[in-house]
Amino acid sequence: MSEILPKPDRAKSSETRPALSPLGYPLPLLSPGETYESVTHKISAIVLGRTPRAWLGGFAVAFSLLMLFLIAIGYLLFRGVGIWGINIPVAWGFAIVNFVWWIGIGHAGTFISAILLLVHQKWRTSINRLTEAMTLFAVACAGMFPLLHLGRPWVFYWIIPYPDTMGLWPQFRSPLVWDLFAVFTYFTVSLVFWYIGLIPDLATLRDRAKTRRKQVVYGALAMGWRGSARHWQRHQTAYLILAGLATPLVLSVHSVVSFDFSVALVPGWHSTIFPPYFVAGAIYSGFAMVLNIVIPLRKFYRLETFITKRHLNNMGNILLATGWMVAYGYIMEGFMAWHSGDVFEEYMMANRALGPYGWIFWALLCLNVVVPQALWSRRVRTSPLLLFTVALAINIGMWVERFVIVVGSLHRDFLPSSWAMYSPTIWDWATLAGSIGLFLTLLFLFIRLLPMISISEVRELILERSQPAHRAEG
Amino acid sequence: MNSTWHPKYWRSIHNLSGEHRASCRNEFPPGASEWSNPVTRRQFIELAGGSLALAGFASCTRQPRQKIVPFVHQPEGMTPGEPLFFATAMPFDGFGIGLLAKSREGRPIKVEGNPQHPASLGGSSAFAQASILSLYDPDRSQAVIHGGQISNWSSFQLALYEASIAQERKHGAGLRLLSETITSPTLAAQLRAVLKKFPEARWHQFQPVCRDAAREGAKLAFGEFVEAHLKLDRAAVIVSFESDFLFAHPDALRYAREFTTGRRRTGPDEAMSRLYVLESTPSITGSMADHRLTIASSEIEQFAGLLARKLGIPGAGNVGIGPTAWQRFINTLAQELNANHGRSLLVAGEQQPAAVHALVHRMNDQLGNRGKTVVYTASAEANPVNQTNDLAELSEEMERGAVEVLLIVGGNPGLTAPADFEFAARLERVPLRVHLDIERNETADRCHWHLPGLHYLESWSDIRAFDGTVSLIQPLIEPIHGGHSPHELLDMLLHPPPRLAYDVVREFWKEQNLWPDFERGWRRALHAGFIEGTALAPKNVTPRFSKGAEPLTASAPEQPQARSLEVVFRPDPSAWDGLYANNAWLQELPKPIQKLTWDNAVFVSPALAARERLRNGDVIEIDFAKRSIQAPVWIVPGQAENSLTLTLGYGRRGKTAAGYNAYPIRVSNALWFARGALLQKTGKKYQLVSTQDHHELQSDERQIVREIDWRTLQKNPGALRATVEAPPPSETLFNPDEHPYHLNKWGMAIDLTACIGCNACVAACQAENNIPVVGKHEVANGREMHWIRIDSYFRGPPENPAITHAPVPCMHCENAPCEVVCPVEATVHDREGLNLQVYNRCIGTRYCSNNCPWKVRRFNFLQYANYQKKEMEPVWNPEVTVRWRGVMEKCTFCIQRLSAARISAKKENRPVRENEIVPACAQACPADAIVLGDLNQREHRVNRLKASPLNYSMLGQLNTRPRTTYLARLRNPHPALTVA
Repeated sequence: MSEILPKPDRAKSSETRPALSPLGYPLPLLSPGETYESVTHKISAIVLGRTPRAWLGGFAVAFSLLMLFLIAIGYLLFRGVGIWGINIPVAWGFAIVNFVWWIGIGHAGTFISAILLLVHQKWRTSINRLTEAMTLFAVACAGMFPLLHLGRPWVFYWIIPYPDTMGLWPQFRSPLVWDLFAVFTYFTVSLVFWYIGLIPDLATLRDRAKTRRKQVVYGALAMGWRGSARHWQRHQTAYLILAGLATPLVLSVHSVVSFDFSVALVPGWHSTIFPPYFVAGAIYSGFAMVLNIVIPLRKFYRLETFITKRHLNNMGNILLATGWMVAYGYIMEGFMAWHSGDVFEEYMMANRALGPYGWIFWALLCLNVVVPQALWSRRVRTSPLLLFTVALAINIGMWVERFVIVVGSLHRDFLPSSWAMYSPTIWDWATLAGSIGLFLTLLFLFIRLLPMISISEVRELILERSQPAHRAEG
Repeated sequence: MNSTWHPKYWRSIHNLSGEHRASCRNEFPPGASEWSNPVTRRQFIELAGGSLALAGFASCTRQPRQKIVPFVHQPEGMTPGEPLFFATAMPFDGFGIGLLAKSREGRPIKVEGNPQHPASLGGSSAFAQASILSLYDPDRSQAVIHGGQISNWSSFQLALYEASIAQERKHGAGLRLLSETITSPTLAAQLRAVLKKFPEARWHQFQPVCRDAAREGAKLAFGEFVEAHLKLDRAAVIVSFESDFLFAHPDALRYAREFTTGRRRTGPDEAMSRLYVLESTPSITGSMADHRLTIASSEIEQFAGLLARKLGIPGAGNVGIGPTAWQRFINTLAQELNANHGRSLLVAGEQQPAAVHALVHRMNDQLGNRGKTVVYTASAEANPVNQTNDLAELSEEMERGAVEVLLIVGGNPGLTAPADFEFAARLERVPLRVHLDIERNETADRCHWHLPGLHYLESWSDIRAFDGTVSLIQPLIEPIHGGHSPHELLDMLLHPPPRLAYDVVREFWKEQNLWPDFERGWRRALHAGFIEGTALAPKNVTPRFSKGAEPLTASAPEQPQARSLEVVFRPDPSAWDGLYANNAWLQELPKPIQKLTWDNAVFVSPALAARERLRNGDVIEIDFAKRSIQAPVWIVPGQAENSLTLTLGYGRRGKTAAGYNAYPIRVSNALWFARGALLQKTGKKYQLVSTQDHHELQSDERQIVREIDWRTLQKNPGALRATVEAPPPSETLFNPDEHPYHLNKWGMAIDLTACIGCNACVAACQAENNIPVVGKHEVANGREMHWIRIDSYFRGPPENPAITHAPVPCMHCENAPCEVVCPVEATVHDREGLNLQVYNRCIGTRYCSNNCPWKVRRFNFLQYANYQKKEMEPVWNPEVTVRWRGVMEKCTFCIQRLSAARISAKKENRPVRENEIVPACAQACPADAIVLGDLNQREHRVNRLKASPLNYSMLGQLNTRPRTTYLARLRNPHPALTVA
């Protein structure tokens, strides 16, 4: 396969001038020493080499959490959703908070892969594979919750339009039905997009695998990829088309998720600002999660040559930008509550800030608005540890934001006689922790079994570096 | 108009006091986040064993013993699948409440008020509604117990026979009978026969919620025991001296109807009655007051004396001058009472001392009310006695060893007797103790013999209502656990072998020669549920002024010592005197006003709580009369500052309800209240669960409950029309005529002026619609299942707020917000405008509940309906689906009743009649506050109500166009007492 690839000119690559970013940052996308071989070797060795001990340790933790998830689900199915803290009026609790949170996290992958691909942001190359995988796993986690939160989860399929003997269709005015379509479409397109991107790399793994079993498995998954020009041409076309398809989905999924709230008339939910506000929040939390995953991996697998400080810096910038969009959403919510002159809206806002859950609201503002202001400093953006901390704060903050929206709005709505508090039970927490376990388990398996950085695309970068004028079309 | 629209409402004293700041920091209430609902191994085995054993029992059917004849020819009037109604009566505190019991395939499933019965007028109470559950209660006494071991009736009969032979020789010198208040003519005749056979035997009566003060007061005023009957619909000014006549009175159902008749006003030219209430702890009657004076129970005597003096009535004694705060109240009252000669009515509370009753009788006489708004009759009781003295005598005899055989016919004196009688201990000195009751209670455990009694739905008897009307109690089911009624027990004493209760009652009435043709008369009486013409005739009595020269009232009480408080005892609205402590429906019913469930608490005033730094659930120790108990406190707005109110009937071992027992500090000279209690904090906490706490309502701008002064409405009949309602059609995209509803168009109107907040509707709904009980833990989680609830809102200062009740069922919105969000069309609209819930289509997203602004939807978070408990199965209404875990449910306007009415109307090719479509809540309401009807039939009463200027939609501004609307609460405050 390697003979098909253009031969790198070693002499030229070593004397490459330092790449300047459009903003003039002297940060390279790739360490200067990287060659086709080194890239292929380094990335595929992670998959084909021995299992590191630390990986086993991490996997054990993740897997334990996954088992906790299974126990929590088992007990849930046995007893009913009453094992959670939900009640009337707070009929939606952690399950919906978690759902929205995970869906939000699932936004960065497609955003990085598709939108940044379309706008020729080459720096996406080193991280897009990982973030796409993250998207899939996050959406998988998210997808669990709408099913689990049902009173009778065994009949969840009634929400799907299928010809049945009862002659019944779903009720298409309900945002929950739109949700199903939005999430399912997003998951499908993301999966196909991810898989198509993987095919050349799977072929590389097939070629480099030493054992028969790996050769067969990777070979089957590579679907006969031989790297011919025709293959490349079709692959690139398909990839671009899927990127085009995925781009509107990034915007639509969370818009539709936000309809779950904005279509309802609950003060604090019933707001036209929700779709853009949710999308911005989703990208915000998605990038925060990317950083939380990439920074430890980069350190552990010594991938600093691929995921450089420039990547960190760029992602920090995106966090700062989306963070302000989210902050604008918060400001507008408060403003509109006041501007509406509606007693219920006004009370909702006052209660959000000063009511029994007020401290959570202030925690949210601190985590999502105050802490990320550190990203104005380039030193923070390029310091892995500081960036990791800020991203973690944002991740928690975004979870808290959904809690404020879901629980904070429901617990005190129209009639004070129905007001109540919501207190999560141990099973609420177990389900949240368990879903993180599912996510991490899938992620650990992914980095062990598949190349977490796109080998072919990084090789493309090397090609471009060697022939700056000869830009690849895809 | 504006003055009506700027009241400040609030829901919780906790928030008003600013304490909520602290609790804000504490995100989750203490204990709320623990998972404290484990099924322990022991519990599991207990339950498993129980279910197994009961599974065996369930296969045994209950067939009558005497004769079983299959239906060869279908009995006349019986169609399988159609309910049958039988008139019967429920004994409550000795007096009868006429009921119609609904029987399905031979099992009673629901009771309704008997519209023809004078003590019901078609209404019923929560107690009556929940009594059906007591019938099937598996914890009922099921077997004869002798010395703690299961025995049988023949052994008992032998023992009784031996004892009666011995007593007969002594002319019954050692024989004593103890019963609760008896009004049953048959039972009274039997008791007299017993006393004739055993001339030296004695019959004593005692019940904890006794009416001794009323009896003594009447005796003081008139020289004889007479009962005062209130004619509330005729009174223009009503003054209650701590009388809860709308709830805690033998004739409360009738009073509630008559009182609200005098209050319901639509036209501007009618007069409206005005109610003044003086009380120490907020009651249902107090919540209906136009002016409520918060006053310690022990101060009411002084107040009555002052008022009497002001009215120029002798006998007030040295009452002092009273606090200055009373002056304006007394002056206004005196002026109003004098201005309404013959149209006012003063009522003394049954818990007030005899002097207050006597003064009230005199004032009523002086004001010309006698014979007009208050009518006197002889007592309906068979033998009206001072029960406290009666029991004192018995316990003293027991102490002396004079009692050899004691038959306790009903009741639980071992628990409820005044603590200073040490009744339970003295009981041990009686050589043969026999106890007959429906439950094996504390007294049963101290008796040699315990005999299972009968529920009123399984026994023959008769009983008199408060006005004397005799009701026949006819059974609807063969005794489930094979007990016997008091008639049969007494008959064992009289003529062994005993007759059946049916024969005893029937023969008694046959001897009365009431009817020329006994069979016809008897049948008619059974059919109607009461014997016509048995009401007591009014008695012309005059107060004896000559003898009343001595002051009736004690001299003005001296200032209470520091830290000395007043204890006030009250029957509990859920447990009464303890009789209903095991009734889960009643226990889960949020108590009126405080909305507590499953427990009782000591009610303290906000001021006392602030002084003693008490918070809800703090356990205090109350020292009173050299005795002490520990109990949790609940801060109640409107409570008198230095009064601690304790409710009876809780803290009973092995009962469903928890709580604390107040009886140990209730002594004979302080049956209802007394000063001199000390309060001590223990530092312990107890979780009290309320369905409507921790809320604050910062402004009235929500306009949830609307109220208006009668005078304001008279001046401006459109005053309420100007308030927020649905937007006009020009401003909305919703087409109001999208669905024409050609056939029936159901609508409901709830009159907030009439609703007294008594919970009868909630209990009736629970019984009708198979609503499960979820238990204290789940209520604490906010998961109670009641389809209709009563919201109580307070307005004004926490020391003395105005209270408004609002029953909230499903609004059945035409633009229902719940319907659009359901992903599977499990909640849909029907062509009659009902918002339906399709249980077997529901997948449980709970989105509909989130989108319901009234939060009337209820969700089966767990498997609440108990399919395992087979012995409770007969109580379920076969016309209503029992809901499975994971589905949403809510008020249906009793669609099963609507369907039945529609079917019969269709068969007869006529429109549905108004009286056919009465939902359970409306049927139970003693005040007739809830009306359902067809909006397409103009003559239906609901249309008239909806056309009233008081009609409004709760949260109408949301444009969901609710079919349930409210009539604003009318108040009639006196201008001189209205706070500027």
